[in-house]
Amino acid sequence: MTTSLLGLRKFYSATRWIRPFHKSAVLKHGEFEWTDPKSEDEVVNVIFVDKDGKKTPIRGKVGDNILYLAHRFGVEMEGACEASLACTTCHVYVSDKFLDKLPEAEEKEEDLLDMAPFLRENSRLGCQIVLKKELEGVVFELPKATRNFYVDGHKPKPH
Amino acid sequence: MNMLPRVFLRSYSSIPLIKKKIAIVGGGPAGFYAAQYIAKNLSNCEIDILEKLPVPFGLVRFGVAPDHPEVKNVINTFTKTAENPSVRFLGNIALGQDVSLKELREQYHAVLLTYGADQDHRLNIPNEDQENVISARKFVAWYNGLPGAENLQPKLTGDTVTIIGQGNVAIDVARILLSPVDLLKNTDITEYSLEALSTSNIKRVQLVGRRGPLQAAFTIKELREMLKLPNVTTVWRREDFEGVEDLVASLQRPRKRLTELMLTSLKAQNFTDTQERQFLPIFLRSPETISYNSLDVVVNKMAGDKAVKTKDMENLPADLILRSIGYRSTCADSEIPFNEKAGKVFNHNGRVLVNGDSEVIDRGLYTAGWLGTGPTGVILTTMNTAFGVGKHIVDDFNGNLIKCDQNKPGLDIKKLRAVTWDKWERIDKAEIEAGAGKGKPREKIVSINTMLEVAGV
Repeated sequence: MTTSLLGLRKFYSATRWIRPFHKSAVLKHGEFEWTDPKSEDEVVNVIFVDKDGKKTPIRGKVGDNILYLAHRFGVEMEGACEASLACTTCHVYVSDKFLDKLPEAEEKEEDLLDMAPFLRENSRLGCQIVLKKELEGVVFELPKATRNFYVDGHKPKPH
Repeated sequence: MNMLPRVFLRSYSSIPLIKKKIAIVGGGPAGFYAAQYIAKNLSNCEIDILEKLPVPFGLVRFGVAPDHPEVKNVINTFTKTAENPSVRFLGNIALGQDVSLKELREQYHAVLLTYGADQDHRLNIPNEDQENVISARKFVAWYNGLPGAENLQPKLTGDTVTIIGQGNVAIDVARILLSPVDLLKNTDITEYSLEALSTSNIKRVQLVGRRGPLQAAFTIKELREMLKLPNVTTVWRREDFEGVEDLVASLQRPRKRLTELMLTSLKAQNFTDTQERQFLPIFLRSPETISYNSLDVVVNKMAGDKAVKTKDMENLPADLILRSIGYRSTCADSEIPFNEKAGKVFNHNGRVLVNGDSEVIDRGLYTAGWLGTGPTGVILTTMNTAFGVGKHIVDDFNGNLIKCDQNKPGLDIKKLRAVTWDKWERIDKAEIEAGAGKGKPREKIVSINTMLEVAGV
């Protein structure tokens, strides 16, 4: 069961990759993540921590892509390029003890991470993480956003 | 039965529900991301996105390189925002021409300026206005089909292009000039530029930067793409890298990986294949004078992080010169407190200041994107700051800092030729259909008149 699901998952991510850009493809995005786990065997519990420290525990399943899972449960992870490895808007920190359980980042992901603000040792792109049993209990923390225009902390006088 | 409407009316009059009207000027990434945030987080609001051109998406359509279609996927998110019932897209409406800022402020409770940066910095050196010197910004606009740029006719008859500047725009331009046309023909590049590029004689593209490899402005993703480009050899100058290797260990991760990639490429360099086109990054040179088909540069040396001129000069061949030293915003309306020197609107984290000296916030007026931050950063940067300004707007409404005691009409488009979202969809459809026969995702319409005709306005 698990292996066939993974196979299906691979197929999905492969089609995502070669999919030309057009509008109707939007509907296919994250469809898989919108289905509930069919049995306890495939449940993977994860926790998202947003930039304000708010925790969202989620009952995910084997094969879920973290970006689309976050979308389903209203966690603010953007994913501008729709998992095509062209931006860094789904940057997350993976809880340390699970870092080794993830497949190593490919060169393209590493190159993009180099452009992410607040890069850490445990930085990854959410769209490249697919849930599996070994990730039970993993925590994904969203980085702080650099929303200030000034890096020097300049503050004008109050009026 | 007759009582019902009256009861309904009375309940309304006791709790006045005033729709919060917001105008966003500029339909690029900053405008759409801000609209997305506000629509999601502010109750009872109506947002109009005003765009100068008949078509949306700004630099996602006209800046992002045609061979980077993945980056353009963000259009799907923007489309969802435009389809939100509280958002109205109004193309073909230019601030300063069709409507003034004063009028917008009368018709909306809040105005957010996100019209970006559509000019560029000049070198201010002799002969800069020579025919074969153009801005990289215009060259990008040409291949991406920005209305008005189609007649640029860049001179592609010589064999050497010299690009001044080493940022990602410079790299994009170099890649488009050096790419085999086969790699571009199935993208949304304009047909006329594809034709021009297919008869180009360009053999060498030089990328000239003031500072050294350790300060290189391009990012690793863009460099790696160049290194992997078929039939193109990257040629580094060995002397530019003197002492660089010894410093690698002390660098922070992104700079370290980029420098390592350059050094690896330098070590693998050989000149056996002279048939290939060449990409030549040149460090430590500042432009001094432009001549007919060459560029005089002064040799720099580094003092810390700064480039310092020496007395040595070098003459670089340059049949075409592209300047790529940064974009610049302009002031679209005389009422905007515009900082000419910095090329952006006077603001504090997106709240516009009455003027530069006073640091007094002009309530209800905001800016985001390159117009507010200056023209730097990638889509993530613009997204984060646009969300940030969106949050200020929501907070200011909720904190009663924006005057909201009377209804505002919003822009009356009856007398204007506005391209609403359904009309843009006609243009979109026509473009996709025109591209299908050529194996392209779309063939962009370049003439504004044709756009308006297809839109039916």
